[in-house]
Amino acid sequence: MMANPADSTLSGSLADATEMALTEASIRLPSDVLAVLTRAAAAERDEIARSELATILENIALAEERQVPICQDTGVPVVYITLPPDIPLTPELFDGVREGVRRATAAVPLRPNVVDPITRRNTGDNTGVGMPAVHVTPGERLAVTVLPKGAGSENASRIGMLLPSQAGDIPKFVAETMLIAGGRPCPPVILGVGIGGTFDAVAALAKEALLLPVDTMDDYEQAICDAVNALGIGPMGLGGDTTALAVKVKRADCHTASLPVAVNVQCWACRRATVEVRR
Amino acid sequence: MIDLTTPLGDEVLDLRAGDRVTLTGTIYTARDEAHMRMMEEGIPFDPEGAVVYHCGPVVQEGRLVVAGPTTSARMNALTGFLIDAGVSAIIGKGGMGREVVEDLRGRAVYLAFTGGCAALAAARMTLRGVYFEDLGMAEAVWIIEADHLPLTVGIDAHGGDIFSAVHEKAKTQFYQRFNIHQDNVP
Repeated sequence: MMANPADSTLSGSLADATEMALTEASIRLPSDVLAVLTRAAAAERDEIARSELATILENIALAEERQVPICQDTGVPVVYITLPPDIPLTPELFDGVREGVRRATAAVPLRPNVVDPITRRNTGDNTGVGMPAVHVTPGERLAVTVLPKGAGSENASRIGMLLPSQAGDIPKFVAETMLIAGGRPCPPVILGVGIGGTFDAVAALAKEALLLPVDTMDDYEQAICDAVNALGIGPMGLGGDTTALAVKVKRADCHTASLPVAVNVQCWACRRATVEVRR
Repeated sequence: MIDLTTPLGDEVLDLRAGDRVTLTGTIYTARDEAHMRMMEEGIPFDPEGAVVYHCGPVVQEGRLVVAGPTTSARMNALTGFLIDAGVSAIIGKGGMGREVVEDLRGRAVYLAFTGGCAALAAARMTLRGVYFEDLGMAEAVWIIEADHLPLTVGIDAHGGDIFSAVHEKAKTQFYQRFNIHQDNVP
């Protein structure tokens, strides 16, 4: 999508793009996610699982028809910005994203989910210290990608500092993550897997993996996905063939003595949208 | 498909894990904070035959925008007092712990609503009122009129629990596939 900024300042156009991306992501699932859900619903053999998947597809259609969020947990805003070489990285850029989050929270509306971690006081507008989480990477065009992340699946995510000799245990670590999670993260899930890097980088990789298209998997991803589906947890933990819709892996090189692995669990409502800022 | 209407009575005792039901009538939302408040100050509604919904909806100008279920397991340790008071059904997602399965025995059921299906839920619900509004939108107790909400009996009043049956099978699959001893499986 493209945003035609009403406000021509950098922060103004970023606010517009952020609001537009959050609105789109909250209401409509990306086509690749809808495709794998539809495919899973057709292939599922378990009776309860079939009705759960039918309910999910009906809900997706109703959200679009009523122009309301797909899920009441509209998540916390995770934002990725690509920045062309001619635009400097300035505080206005972050101000614009924050303003866009505030506007979307009031307009869509989104549930105010952001609280102080200790007092649990709600900020009321989905912004706060370190919120939204904004990640900036260099790119050719100025674009805002949002990945609103719900808590049910985020809470089931896991990080492991494996030994260099345990590379073969990575599929087991991922399957074990879903065994522990069961129905809590709203399966069928999409699993973002980070491999390598450092303790902090591997978690970022796992989250970025959720931005990749889910309608294709390489052999390694497919093998992990099959291992997860063999568990039979099924939609909502009620049993069935469909536990994971996709597994997506992102890698980085790491220390010779380390093997960091992270699994970022994403519920079936894998919401993301990108809006390019027209300049 | 079995149609249930609130307030619920002994009909819940006939339900079996895996049954598909619909629920019509008054339900009350409650999450972590509401449970803690009710334990301190008492239950603000008549709990006899009542239905508690694990949900933090999005409400705008007195209207339910979306209202899907939240993860029930967070309320595992906070549920006994509601069943003791006469609550007959809990609606949520993901299932509940062994202590709740025992709390429900002979008294109440756990009904699973499809997680994330918040637009569908709101399409079948009307907002009637609120208690503890100071807890905020997600944590307040909202009074809701439901119309044929589609649900699956996840835990029945006889110890039947789909979630733990599925988990046991998943454990078996896991240790077979990865060739490890069951003692080491979570």
